[in-house]
Amino acid sequence: MAKDGGVSCLRRSEMIGIGIGELESPPLDSDQVHVLAVDDSLVDRIVIERLLRITSCKVTAVDSGWRALEFLGLDDDKAAVEFDRLKVDLIITDYCMPGMTGYELLKKIKESTSFKEVPVVIMSSENVMTRIDRCLEEGAEDFLLKPVKLADVKRLRSYLTRDVKVFADGNKRNLTTPPPLPPLSATSSMESSKSTVESPLSMVVDDDALTMSPDVCNFSCGFAD
Amino acid sequence: MNTTVVAQLQRQFQDYIVSLYQQGFLDSQFSELRKLQDEGSPDFVSEVVSLFFDDCSKLINTMSRSLEQPDNVDFKQLDSGVHQLKGSSSSVGARRVKNVCISFKECCDVQNREGCLRCLQQVDYEYKMLKTKLQDLFNLEQQILQAGGTIPQVDIN
Repeated sequence: MAKDGGVSCLRRSEMIGIGIGELESPPLDSDQVHVLAVDDSLVDRIVIERLLRITSCKVTAVDSGWRALEFLGLDDDKAAVEFDRLKVDLIITDYCMPGMTGYELLKKIKESTSFKEVPVVIMSSENVMTRIDRCLEEGAEDFLLKPVKLADVKRLRSYLTRDVKVFADGNKRNLTTPPPLPPLSATSSMESSKSTVESPLSMVVDDDALTMSPDVCNFSCGFAD
Repeated sequence: MNTTVVAQLQRQFQDYIVSLYQQGFLDSQFSELRKLQDEGSPDFVSEVVSLFFDDCSKLINTMSRSLEQPDNVDFKQLDSGVHQLKGSSSSVGARRVKNVCISFKECCDVQNREGCLRCLQQVDYEYKMLKTKLQDLFNLEQQILQAGGTIPQVDIN
């Protein structure tokens, strides 16, 4: 499989064959959940992306906190016109990343006016209570221990469904509790389409980021700030 | 479709994958990945592990360079490499590789160059061993499919 720096994660996924494949294109679903996934590890990005797609989420995967902020339009003061209608329903981020940790990203998101209501989930390979507490205190919705499994993602899905549902009688009602999860079947999962998640800024695979600068998250990641 | 041939291949596949779990090459995360594979993404697992093995190769090279000069070992860079390797091996269910990384990290923490060199050698051995084993597994899968059969679900939990 050819690898070149800068190839978008989505295109790589296409190369891998993750996508709608032989199925008919479903109608564009504006209610589809859109998740922004942030992880510096390519392997983890591919896995989380697949986990999310198989639970019917649209996914944008980026390799750093900076790229996440860029995607969200939070990286500078300019309000980018094209982000006016950006809809992100969930942000899931690795904790230990070079440059900007998941915790730092969480803080920036919670400080923003446009995205502070978006649930942020932190993933980490280390089960450190102080880390978990700090993230939850800062407003993280949930904390997932890596390696992430399908059951973890299904659980996330359960608090992301729309507030309003059309019932069989045609009436719309507000739900006070989340509806039950849809049954997991391979065919129903393939709604995330290749065509909808296109943002040139967002999906960059940085394969060369193997060396870390000394001032970043040290890999016991004890106390990021 | 020759059902006898398919049944034999399926049996072979089942026995082989079970042995990989039993011998500790793989853990339950590998079976989690298999759950994510279907007709729409039939090569998901082999593609992910391929990326993982590429990662191993690159990281091992980098770490090897960090360890080259006895007086000038960059333990910080080493630690970062081990962390990455541990993370990705954990994500694909590469149990033995992950376990070596745990020891490797301990050697980094105490700045034990000799220990690190041994771990590096071991991690190199383990990933290559796993690569061979999984290649055999994927070949079996292909044979089953070519013979018109389906790949067995194997529950190891």
